[in-house]
Amino acid sequence: MKHTISVLVENHAGVLARVAGLFARRAYNIDSLAVGVTADENVSRITIVADGDDYTLEQILKQLNKLIDVIKVRSFSENDLLTRELVLVKVNCTPAQRSELISIAKIAEAKISDISVNTITLELSDYSNKIRTFEELLRPYGIKEIVRTGTVAIQRGSASLTL
Amino acid sequence: MTVARAMVECLKVEGVRHVFGYPGAAICPFYDELISSGIEHILVRHEVNGGHAASGYARMTGKAGVCIATSGPGALNLITSIATAYMDSIPIVAITGQVNSDQIGRDVFQEADITGSAEPFVKHSYIVKDPDTICDVIKKAFYIAETGRPGPVLIDVPMDVQLMETEFLYPDKVEIRSYKPTTEGNKLQIKRVADAIDKASRPLICAGGGVFLSGAKKELAELVHKCDIPVINTMMGLSNIDMNDKLYFGMMGMHGVKAANYAVSRCDLLILLGARMGDRAVVALEKTSGIVIIHIDIDPAEIGKNVDVNTPVVGDIKKILTQLIAIMPEMQHTEWCEELAAVRAEKCELPKTVKGTVCPKPFIEELNRQIPEDCVIVADVGQNQIWTANNICLTDKGRFMTAGGMGTMGYSLPAAIGAKKAFPERTVIALCGDGSLQMEFMELATVIQHGINVKIIVFVNSTLGMVKELQDMLYDKRETAVDLTGSPKFDIIAQAYGIDAENVTDISQAKKAIADMLDSEKPYLLQVIVDKDERTII
Ligand SMILES: Cc1ncc(C[n+]2csc(CCOP(=O)(O)OP(=O)(O)O)c2C)c(N)n1
Repeated sequence: MKHTISVLVENHAGVLARVAGLFARRAYNIDSLAVGVTADENVSRITIVADGDDYTLEQILKQLNKLIDVIKVRSFSENDLLTRELVLVKVNCTPAQRSELISIAKIAEAKISDISVNTITLELSDYSNKIRTFEELLRPYGIKEIVRTGTVAIQRGSASLTL
Repeated sequence: MTVARAMVECLKVEGVRHVFGYPGAAICPFYDELISSGIEHILVRHEVNGGHAASGYARMTGKAGVCIATSGPGALNLITSIATAYMDSIPIVAITGQVNSDQIGRDVFQEADITGSAEPFVKHSYIVKDPDTICDVIKKAFYIAETGRPGPVLIDVPMDVQLMETEFLYPDKVEIRSYKPTTEGNKLQIKRVADAIDKASRPLICAGGGVFLSGAKKELAELVHKCDIPVINTMMGLSNIDMNDKLYFGMMGMHGVKAANYAVSRCDLLILLGARMGDRAVVALEKTSGIVIIHIDIDPAEIGKNVDVNTPVVGDIKKILTQLIAIMPEMQHTEWCEELAAVRAEKCELPKTVKGTVCPKPFIEELNRQIPEDCVIVADVGQNQIWTANNICLTDKGRFMTAGGMGTMGYSLPAAIGAKKAFPERTVIALCGDGSLQMEFMELATVIQHGINVKIIVFVNSTLGMVKELQDMLYDKRETAVDLTGSPKFDIIAQAYGIDAENVTDISQAKKAIADMLDSEKPYLLQVIVDKDERTII
């Protein structure tokens, strides 16, 4: 089962290595990982999507909590979360295909970020499944390059994860 | 003052009187300040033993032991001892020199990413780049090492930083927002424990190393007696309760004794007390079903990790036991205790001893008759460790220690050195095998140089006995790479260092040899010849 885990950590060098190292040596699988500073510049937020059963999730949370630099750890169930990933896709695109691709972008609510004689670069921020569908739609045109970020997540409603 | 000087001053404020280390260029500024500090430096002969000595010291004092190494190979040599301390939750502060800060990452001479390499085995680590953080870092390092579930903390200080100027301002309080170990037990959970004990007809306490770490020996004995609950130990817990106590039934687990494992298989309530239930201990649990398990531990991550638990209680054992004792009525479990006592009383036939060799069991029993009550016994790893663990008899004034979690050969002598420095007036005996002694016997020089009066008993079976026994059992007696032919005569080796030594080749000599060893005011080595086919599992 997939779990989304938010980790608030002290923003100093080496913290990410500690978190990543913990996952590696305890054989927890990371599906995606995203890091960024929070409103408080001394604190970073790491969002991890991990795969594992309930035992593994419990161990991950407890072991993360033991890292001295980790200030707070929470796991969320999918329903409580607003999740986003960002993808940049560079697709082969002849002048004749342009309008077709532009209309796909419109339907998916993607942005046209760059264009060249024979390519078009589209940008989409959405949840994981939507991004996958988007990719499938573009595949027939020939994807030259695709870059995806890890998932970031925030709680729905007024609840928030702060210190 | 310089950072190096500040480091020394910090150690003094922490009450550090002894450090165990091995120098090199990158840590020289610190060593230069150490000379005039009043802190005694014990020069070990290999960095790994500095870590083990700090560990032995820490186990005895309850305070973090300090070890020191230089950059690169020196620091890397420390890792095994850091990991050993980590597995056994022993507080140590390891200080390493590092190459100049502007050269880090360039693969310069004797550069090793020690904080990176040691990361899986430390509770926390620091690399000090800002000279003004040194006092804060050292204060935090001791605090983190000693509180909560104790463990090793590493401080890596680049050589140029050691030479920088800073102000010595030692903080008197630590505030780490992300580190707040739970020590008070949850009242409701403690009430649940009390109810479970009340309901049980065959309760059993399994007391582990956490009892030492929390300083809860007295409380353990009090609960056990007040509620008449039989108690067994994990290997890490040995000697946290008087082994002569009629409620004590020995060590559990793969290498444990029959009575203890029988108790586990028959109990209806098992209270794990500061015991992490490593896989070697858990085997005893495999045959049980339907028992209620309570796990009391300071580390929430240990609860539910290796065994499913009905009632978890997170907190400091001493505090929790005190709370529990207060609400428990006096109880009797006469029938249950008698059942276990009958198993404990069963005598097993020992195989006949080969001529010219000594059976370890009666030898250790003779040792039991002669050692002082507050004796410290440090067992190495292998058959010698199991023989010692299963046959040594200490009261709660004595102390048993071993590298239980990591099973690191070569632990006993350096740890004994650390223990002896902590309590010079107590008798400290390292028991080891001929394999393990060859991993640590460079420390015989340390013993002599620093006048450390430790006793060493080496069981010489001319083989890596534990591995041989395993090969005999599981590999159809195909013994490979376990023959120690070529080993020296250890009594002569000892004498070459200036250490008195004696040979024991027959049990009839044991009494006098042990008496001579214990009477000597100097370090002493007893070489006990054991047959190579002597086993731990009979
Ligand atoms: C550093 C290290 N290397 C290897 C082992 C694996 N090992 C466990 S017990 C043992 C044999 C120990 O031999 P010895 O010290 O002679 O003791 P004995 O078992 O014969 O009493 C070995 C090699 C270990 N525990 N530690």
